Formats: sequence, C-alpha cells, structure tokens
Amino acid sequence: MSVSAAGRRGRLRARATRRYLFWGLLFVSPWLISFLVFTVYPLLSSIYYSFHRFDLMRPPVFLGVENYVRMFTRDPRFGKSVYNTVYYVGLSAPLGVISAFLMANLLNTRIAGRPFFRALFFFPSIVPVVVTAMVWRYLLNVQYGAINSTLQGLGLPVIPFLSNPQLAKPSLILIHMWVQGNQVVIYLASLQDVPRSLYEAATVDGANAWQKFWNVTVPLCTPVILFNLIMSFIGGVQSFVLPWLLTDGGPNQATEFLAVHLYRNAFEWLHMGYASALAWVMFIAIVVLTVVLFKTSARWVYYGSGE
Amino acid sequence: MTAQRASYSVTTVSGQANRLRKLRPSGWIAEIIKYLVLIILAISFTLPFFWMVTSALKDDSQVYTVPPIWIPNPAHWENFPDAWGSYNFNLYMVNTVFRFALPATLGATLSSAIVAYGFARLRWPGRDLLFSLCVATMMIPFAVTMVPLFITYKNLGWINSYRPLVVPAFLGSPYFIFMLRQFFRTIPEELSDAARIDGASEFGIMWRIVLPLAKPALTVVALLQFMWAWNEYLGPVIYLNEQDLWPIALGVAYLRETVYSLGALELAYPYLMAVSTIVTLPIVIAFFFTQRAFIEGISVTGLKG
Repeated sequence: MSVSAAGRRGRLRARATRRYLFWGLLFVSPWLISFLVFTVYPLLSSIYYSFHRFDLMRPPVFLGVENYVRMFTRDPRFGKSVYNTVYYVGLSAPLGVISAFLMANLLNTRIAGRPFFRALFFFPSIVPVVVTAMVWRYLLNVQYGAINSTLQGLGLPVIPFLSNPQLAKPSLILIHMWVQGNQVVIYLASLQDVPRSLYEAATVDGANAWQKFWNVTVPLCTPVILFNLIMSFIGGVQSFVLPWLLTDGGPNQATEFLAVHLYRNAFEWLHMGYASALAWVMFIAIVVLTVVLFKTSARWVYYGSGE
Repeated sequence: MTAQRASYSVTTVSGQANRLRKLRPSGWIAEIIKYLVLIILAISFTLPFFWMVTSALKDDSQVYTVPPIWIPNPAHWENFPDAWGSYNFNLYMVNTVFRFALPATLGATLSSAIVAYGFARLRWPGRDLLFSLCVATMMIPFAVTMVPLFITYKNLGWINSYRPLVVPAFLGSPYFIFMLRQFFRTIPEELSDAARIDGASEFGIMWRIVLPLAKPALTVVALLQFMWAWNEYLGPVIYLNEQDLWPIALGVAYLRETVYSLGALELAYPYLMAVSTIVTLPIVIAFFFTQRAFIEGISVTGLKG
C-alpha cells in the first residue's frame, strides 16, 4: 500500500460521496421543495402575521403582542375553547386508545370469523367524516333519533345528546371511539408480533390469563400504544370537522374547540392575524404535550430486543 | 409416571391447558361472554350504517315516529335517484373523481415513491437526518399552517381551484414516504448493486427494478390517497368557494343545511341519508375488494412508527 494509492482511494471515495449526495438530494427534491414552500415558509410567515392585524383586504397592520394579550385577557371564547379542547382530548385520546386496544385483544383470541369482525370494526374509520356527522346527528336526535325514539316508545326519558351542553362533549367522545378502527388494526398487528414463546414461558411459570395480559402482552405493545396515544392527542387538539358539522360549536359553545375557534376567526371573521396567533399557541401546546408524553414514557414503555 | 408427565408438559402445555379449559365450566362461560361481547360490539359498529340506509328509504311520515321504524314499509327506493338529482351531485362527483382524487392519487403515488427511493435505496450524508425531519413534519398540525397557506394560495391565485389540494400531492406526502421507505428497504441491495455494475442509472434502477417489486405497497398508497381525497372536507371547504367546484363532501354538508336551517323541508332527512349512502357505497365496494391491502398498509405504518 503506497501513500499515493491510499490518497487516490480517499479522493475517489470523496467523489463517490458527492455523487451520491447529488442523486440523493435529487430524488428527495420534491419533498424538499414541499417542505420549504408548504411547511417552513407558512410556519415562519404565520409568526409574522400573528403580530399583525390582517383581514386579506387591507395591508397588515403591526400590533406587537396585542393579539397574544387579547387572547389571554379579552377573549372569553378562547378560554372556553381551551377548556373544551382539554376536556375532549384528555378523555377521548386515552379512552380511544384503551378501547381500541381491548377490542384488538378480543379479536386476537381464538374466534371464528376474525377477518369479518375486524372489517366491521375498521370500516367506520374510512367513511367520509361528513357521512359520520350526518348519520350520528340523526341517530342522536333528541326527538326522532333511533335511540331517543326507542326510549320514548318504552316510556323512558329522552337523552338530549347533542342539545344539552353537558352531554355534547361526551357524545363526541363516544363517536370518536366509534371511528378508532384503524387503531384496532394496528394493535392487532402488534399483538400478533408478540412472541408465542413468552406466553408459553409464562404458562410454565403458572401465570393465568390476566397475569399474562399485564406482564407479557401490554409491556410488549407499549411502543405502539405510545405512538398512537401521541397521534391521538395531536389529532384531538385539531379536531374540527366533527364538532363543526355535528353541533357547529354548540350548544352554548360546548363543543367550540380550539380548532373551531381558530377557523371562525380566520374564515368567518377574517381575523387572520389573530388566527395565526391562536395557531401558534396551539402548536406550542402540542409540542409541549408531545415532549411531556415522550419524557414520561420512559417509565412505562418497554423497548424490546426488536427495536 | 411423574417423569412422563413432566416431558409432556414442556411440549404440549398450551394444548393440554386448552383441552382442560374446554372441559371446565369457566371455559364455557368465557367463550360465551366473548362471543356475546363481540356481537354486541359488532352491532354497535354497524347500527349507524343500517340506520342510514333504512332511513334513506323512508318518507316524511316514517321519519318522525315513536318508536323508530327500523325497516320502512313501503320502502321508497325512488328516494335515491330523487335525492341525487335534487342538487348538482353528478357535477360534484365528477369534481371529486377527476379534479381531485385521481390527480392527487397519481401525484402522491409517484412523488412519494421517488422520494422514498432517495431515502431508502441511496446512501448519502444527511439522509437520515432529513428523513427524521420528514417524519417529524407529520406532527405539525394543519391548523398552524392553514392560515398562511391560505394567504399564500390567495396571492398565487389558487383559491377557488383544486390546485391547493392537488399540487402538494405531487411533492410527496410524509405518511406515504414513510410507508414506502420502510417497504423499499426490504428489497435486497444486491439487485440494485447488480444493476449499478451493469451501468444502469439510479432512475433506471428505480423504474425498472425497485418499483415493479413494490407494486403491492404502491397499490396501498394509491388506495389510501384516493380514499382520503374522497373523504376530505376541511381542505375543500377552505379553498373552494364556488358551488360548481365542490366535491361531494361539501355537497352532502350543504344538503344538511337545507335540513337543519330551513326546517320543514320535504323529505329532507331521507334525502340526506340517501346521499350519504351513495357517497359511502364506493368505499364499501373498494374496501370489500382490497381489504387486505388496506389493513396491511395501515398496520405496517402503524407498527414501525
């Protein structure tokens, strides 16, 4: 090995790396463009707009931090929307995850017609949101929805699901749990990834079904559960279409979530600057929530040998 | 005796346990409860659809009854064509398929495949960092970029057209990039290496070797993207003002307004349910034929995530 040969190899390697860098970036360029134009630029410009008043017709007017001050001191609907969102997300995300996981476990046992039941549970999650909203609005109607008219027929009092402010959010949470079919599918796949040998070892150790569930099944599924929990929180905070189409933020703003409040400010009242400020507050809240979830996850998430 | 039983237990402990379980009464009860719960759940999940379809067949007198009518007699099958014809639903359908779903599907599949190839089959400095960035953008809420995006599109003159919805699809979608990258990594490197030695260009390798092998994954991407375009409401409601441009999702929502805001409109509910049924039908059919692709696609992305 002469020095010049080693040097030549080094230069060739450098050239090969540059060549691969070129091709790599070329292939990835569509996403890079999208990232810069449709993600980075809007993120930065929304910071800009959040410090202005802008209604699309007149040029933006600089307001300093007034939008943020107004948000926390002079906008009662903001406080209400934060409360509504926290209530909804705080309940729907964990409940959705738990119910989907339990259903997946049920499907994972020895049952006849598993593909059939799996399809049935999965189907509501791919139906257009509009249809979900329409059907459930009719189903839960206080007078002639299927549930209440059955109750009336039996002489029982009706349940004003969507017209009573106290019941509106729980009704939305219920509907949310109805569309968690895609989560069920994911959990089912992860359940089937749990090595059978662990269950057999547990049986040899004398574990019953309950103990096997808590000590084998759940720990090995925690990475997937964590991922779905985080995505559920992120999605839940942005929840817009269902409250918008089902109850229009009502009754009495009971379902006026943060995303609904944002939409109204932006597209109904054309307060684009204020809406940008709202959006950033929402974003920061989501980031903080995600970080907290990740940090606390180390205590309950088990990353097995596979990861 | 004991030795025999011990060697038995190691190999067939589960089999023996199962046989024992079947004989004990608690095993019986567990099975019954299991199927009972399954059936109750299955009913709860399908009841809304059943209600939707049967309500579409009602007339006004059958809608507002106590107790509810589950199977209307007479069934007004003419509600379906009548409801569809009551508004411009044919136009909305054309809009949805030809101006939104098909272009978006084509764009997303192609671009996500190309980008995923760059992340999966090529080795270059900064690749993994950029990929993590790509995946991280999935967590950025749409609400945050919604307002400035709208302003940008307005400045570009893209409002009131499908461009805001279709153009981003041609630039790769992180969810699909992630899914396809995972899949591409399972294709053996030797195939690419052999082609490279033979002098094929990277693009040629992708087009003639990797993509044909990835047809199942690409099908899933196309299916999911088409379905999402079909179901999408928020994007269209923000960007499309002219009624003639609406996709079916907006048409259905508009029909709802005629039910709820104008109050006593004839056959409002049955028409709304009829239109909802028709809009859901293609998804049912597509799902029935491609169930496995759907479910595998979602499982793969969800598992590795």
